[in-house]
Amino acid sequence: MTKVYVVGIGQTPVREHWDRSARDLAVSSVLEAIEQAGVEKADAIYVGNALSGEVAGQEHLAALVADFAGMAGTEAVRIEAAGASGAAAVRMGCLAVASGLQEVVIVTGVEKMSDLTGPAVEEALVTATDEEYEAIHGLSLVALNALLMRRYIYEHHVERSDFAHFSINAHKNASNNEYAMFRRPITVDAFVNARMIADPISLLDSAPVADGAASLVLCSEKVVGERANSAVEIVASAAATDAMALHDRGNPLFLQGVYESAQRAYAQAGIGPEDIDLFELHDAFTIMGALSLEGCGFASEGEGVRLGIDGEIALEGRIPISTMGGLKGRGHPVGATGVYQVVELVQQLRGEAGANQVDGRLGMAQSIGGSGATVVTHILKSP
Amino acid sequence: MSLARHWRLQNQRYRLLGVQCEDCGARLFPRRQVCPRCKSQNLQRYQFGGEGKVYSHTVVYDAPAGYEGFVPYIGALVELEEGPLIAAQLTDVDIDDVQIGMPVEMVTRRLRQYGEDGLIVYGYKFRPKLKEAP
Ligand SMILES: [Zn+2]
Repeated sequence: MTKVYVVGIGQTPVREHWDRSARDLAVSSVLEAIEQAGVEKADAIYVGNALSGEVAGQEHLAALVADFAGMAGTEAVRIEAAGASGAAAVRMGCLAVASGLQEVVIVTGVEKMSDLTGPAVEEALVTATDEEYEAIHGLSLVALNALLMRRYIYEHHVERSDFAHFSINAHKNASNNEYAMFRRPITVDAFVNARMIADPISLLDSAPVADGAASLVLCSEKVVGERANSAVEIVASAAATDAMALHDRGNPLFLQGVYESAQRAYAQAGIGPEDIDLFELHDAFTIMGALSLEGCGFASEGEGVRLGIDGEIALEGRIPISTMGGLKGRGHPVGATGVYQVVELVQQLRGEAGANQVDGRLGMAQSIGGSGATVVTHILKSP
Repeated sequence: MSLARHWRLQNQRYRLLGVQCEDCGARLFPRRQVCPRCKSQNLQRYQFGGEGKVYSHTVVYDAPAGYEGFVPYIGALVELEEGPLIAAQLTDVDIDDVQIGMPVEMVTRRLRQYGEDGLIVYGYKFRPKLKEAP
């Protein structure tokens, strides 16, 4: 197996891009990444996308992206794993390069959500759950996370306001990221008084769905050559699944998929959670932030929310999370999010994170599909 | 909307018919072909009684398309007496009266309608367990 390096990154701002389609966004990020990488062609393009068929009637997205990026002829395939689509595409890129079958690949994550509004957004997102036994009962993806949050509050004797610190941290970090959607801080008061979407989850617990695309150029040891001294290496790429539906999990409050995925990544890198310097986790909802920290071994069960309260998740804390805003502050272009996370880790590990720079050598990114059925984890190492 | 898509689930939606693993005893809803606990394929039909208690609950204000007319409504995970959790709505109860641990029982109600003159889908919801007459 060859090592896998990231030699180029590209991203569009996460916004409601009324004037731009999925193909436009994807192509912009691809062009930026290949220019930075200094490559002219790739062996394949792996496109992470969750909902282009549902939103725009456009399936078969990867060939379209390759075509409009001026790369018709290049192998291209779309990877779908709900909110983990982007991370799953990163993993496909890693498998391709690590196997030695491909030397240079492009990974793109793209999502165009703003063509849907209100109930249609919830209807699209809920396709990531068990249609026959969850969605048919009107349980949105938000509602499923609300069921987890209510039970967590009940079992662990915490308050709803204790979760505010995840959102406050995310918004604070997003305010220094020009690509982020929400560049303004929020307060505990604002959090407590925010409008409910599915009680106890309010607008300020939830990441905004939005439009965006991010891209990476990955290459092998052979291609990276002397640039290995300045390139970020992907030292672990792992994925796991759990029961699709919340009701089919032994203990819904422990995300087994998060645990398995993280353990596999730690084993590949030969490290443990104590070695991770920063963590881009899947904070689609504040409860997912707490449960991810627990599942990955940064806190014991019921203690994840304490890391927020105690400031351990801040840039200068023990385990900084959402360092460029996370899903909550940067925004959550569903199938693109996993690639944004890796792009942001690369910025951090190259020392290009500006005011949000974390002093660290190993960064971890983790994406969750649905309510926890797919979990993909990557660990990156600074040059 | 395909009628068959809902018709083929009638045993689950109207009767809570699940399976029991003949090897490890796990009782499962919905039915499966492989026991997730012991991997046995020796699963037999099992009739759930429809009684349980609330494991967790939520009030949905922003609903997916097709459910806007019901808001606000109560979503829940119910822990069935026989063991498994089931996702469903709670009905015949005030939002403020729902509590974790509350005893509930299954009833059959309208789940959704596809369009003005479209297919109406019925299935299980849960209501507070009625007290037996003295
Ligand atoms: Zn069994």
